[in-house]
Amino acid sequence: MRKLLAILIAGGLLLALSVIFASAENDGAEAPVQQTAPTQPPAQETSGGQVYYLNFKPEQAMQWDALAKRYTAQTGVPVTVMTAAADTYEDTLRSEMEKAQMPTLFQVNGPVGLRTWREYCLDLSGTQLVQQLKSDEFALRESGQVLGVAYAIETYGIIYRKDLLEQYCRLKDAVIAAPEDIDSFAVLRAVAEDIQKRRGELGVQGAFTSAGMDASSDWRFKTHMANLPIYYEYKAGDVNVSDAIQGTYLEGMHKLWDLYIHNATCAPTLIGAKTNEDALAEFALGEAVFYQNGTWAYDSLIQAGLTDEQLGMLPIFIDAPGEEEQGLCTGSENYWCVNKKASEADISATVAFLEWCITSDEGRKALAHEMGFVTPFKTFDEDYTADNPLHRAANTYLQNGKTPVSWSFTTIPSETWKNNVGAALLEYAQGTGDWETVRKAFVDGWAAEYQAANGR
Amino acid sequence: MERFIGKYWPVFVLPTLASFAIGFLAPFAMGLYLSFCDFTTISDAVFTGLDNYVRAFSDASGAFLHSLWYTALFALLSTVVINVFGLGVALLLNRRLPGRDLYRTVLFLPNLIGGIVLGWLWQVIFNGLLNPYGVTVVTGEWYGFWGLMLIMLWQQAGYMMIIYLSGIATIPEELGEAAGIDGASPWQTFWHVTLPMLRPSVTICTFLTLTNGFKLFDQNLALTGGMPSGRSELLALNIYNTFYGRAGWEGAGQAKAVVFCAIVVGIALLQLRLTRRGEVEA
Repeated sequence: MRKLLAILIAGGLLLALSVIFASAENDGAEAPVQQTAPTQPPAQETSGGQVYYLNFKPEQAMQWDALAKRYTAQTGVPVTVMTAAADTYEDTLRSEMEKAQMPTLFQVNGPVGLRTWREYCLDLSGTQLVQQLKSDEFALRESGQVLGVAYAIETYGIIYRKDLLEQYCRLKDAVIAAPEDIDSFAVLRAVAEDIQKRRGELGVQGAFTSAGMDASSDWRFKTHMANLPIYYEYKAGDVNVSDAIQGTYLEGMHKLWDLYIHNATCAPTLIGAKTNEDALAEFALGEAVFYQNGTWAYDSLIQAGLTDEQLGMLPIFIDAPGEEEQGLCTGSENYWCVNKKASEADISATVAFLEWCITSDEGRKALAHEMGFVTPFKTFDEDYTADNPLHRAANTYLQNGKTPVSWSFTTIPSETWKNNVGAALLEYAQGTGDWETVRKAFVDGWAAEYQAANGR
Repeated sequence: MERFIGKYWPVFVLPTLASFAIGFLAPFAMGLYLSFCDFTTISDAVFTGLDNYVRAFSDASGAFLHSLWYTALFALLSTVVINVFGLGVALLLNRRLPGRDLYRTVLFLPNLIGGIVLGWLWQVIFNGLLNPYGVTVVTGEWYGFWGLMLIMLWQQAGYMMIIYLSGIATIPEELGEAAGIDGASPWQTFWHVTLPMLRPSVTICTFLTLTNGFKLFDQNLALTGGMPSGRSELLALNIYNTFYGRAGWEGAGQAKAVVFCAIVVGIALLQLRLTRRGEVEA
């Protein structure tokens, strides 16, 4: 009897475990997700080339899959789209490049990513991809060659709950009359601290969502927030890359970080365990008013139950001189690269596919409406613009003559620099480190990492 | 029969030998070679001599050396803790207790859960428990250290218990009886009869726990990810981060892996030799 009981319990537990395993494996991060593999090239194939696209953005995997199928049906050229699971793109790319059938189309994340893959990048000058660019800043150049082309322009800032902020404005003695009044760090701080103080009155738990330093969230700070002092320093020095950053504007980031962690939904000591999902949930549930993130978060915000009317976006202010004229942070860190080491036929098939994507009606429709990209190409006129309140906020700032902040973080010398700055920010928040550590990671770390990456 | 084997031995040996060569020897040799090369993908390697080894140890932050002693300490402590606990539970569950089989099964079960799932589950549990105190499992390197220790104890003690139980089952009962008649206390019986007879089990269990402690990766990745500032990074995770996390450092990561391999093999051999020496026959 006892044995029977033991067997039954063990069996039951095993079953439960295997269910856990099965679901864990399904969303496991290890294996790249094979999205589509058109089995046989159709008979009318002319050039003999084929396209193998290693896609970086899991959010758009299905849409790429569908677009590839349509292209194959029309032209007979086989297009395989493979999407790397979140956070494994470099690993996947590395192993795929070993194979005989290597990706013909892949992505790098700006000048630093290019350094790893420059031997594999075809010069794209002369193709439609480059000719149709609205501005040269969207081309990734190196020694006169265009080795990569941006295809999705994104914007980030401080996303706010319009309904809650307007509700705050109606409170007695509110610091501002309308959300648009926030045009500098001083005002932002006054508003945030006031909201934090009167959180009971407003029915929120904090002004800002938790500044999670878990890996799912820390890039919002170690990369995106850190962009601002870099941007202002580049702007003051009139340069767009540096081998040694001075940290002239770092004190502004110090103030902003203090504001984030002390006026949030949780104690600063707890942010090490907070994830991006936590922040998103707090924001969607109306527990916080401000959430630093970008246009890519739009779908998640809508899925979490928010509506367009509830969303707005503010610039990230760090108390820099002249920041009243500052807009949102707009740029791209994702560039298309065509694999130089692929066969002649595959290369021309790949370039043709990309040109089709940005010039044909179907391609443009897919990119703009299905994938929701704001692209840097001239071919995407008014009929082909992604439309959501976050993109609209970016446009409004632009139309009002504010200067967008460029994505200077793409020149950060290495991933290690970001990790060290992130770690120092966390330790500062926890009270296990001081701001001097952050400054060292930021300034000294930059020079050291730049040396390590370029000096050899 | 012998002639048959003499004639056809290749048929039996070759498949295994071939898979061993393809799956182990070849990658091992390639890995060794790559640790002397500068490379991005393994097909475009350029020989650079000992450069990688110099870089592995001169890592500016000293992260490699830190994770070296941090891992060694973890492996040693976890070996002691897991084996003491595993053996203790085995002795307890060797008695006639009600529900004994159920306890054995339940204690063994954690071993069947994968490391990532486990690390993540315990991260949620630890953070929930620590929340009232305003700290998290990544507040400092020792939070992660003891957290990992608890996880490994919970996961492996049951496995070691099974090995110890089967070891205890092979000890002839007369030995214990004879000791009892001679007036030995239960403690003396354990110390002078049971434990020496268990030496083969001790050898295998300490080997398993020691190497597991050194090789620990999944739980480390899922529980702390090396936070804060990489100070809870065990060796395997440090190597992984060097290889995949830093452009241009693939070779240094490979060199670290070779050093790591040498350390684990060396310690395992030493440990096997030391514990075997004390094994006795009934």
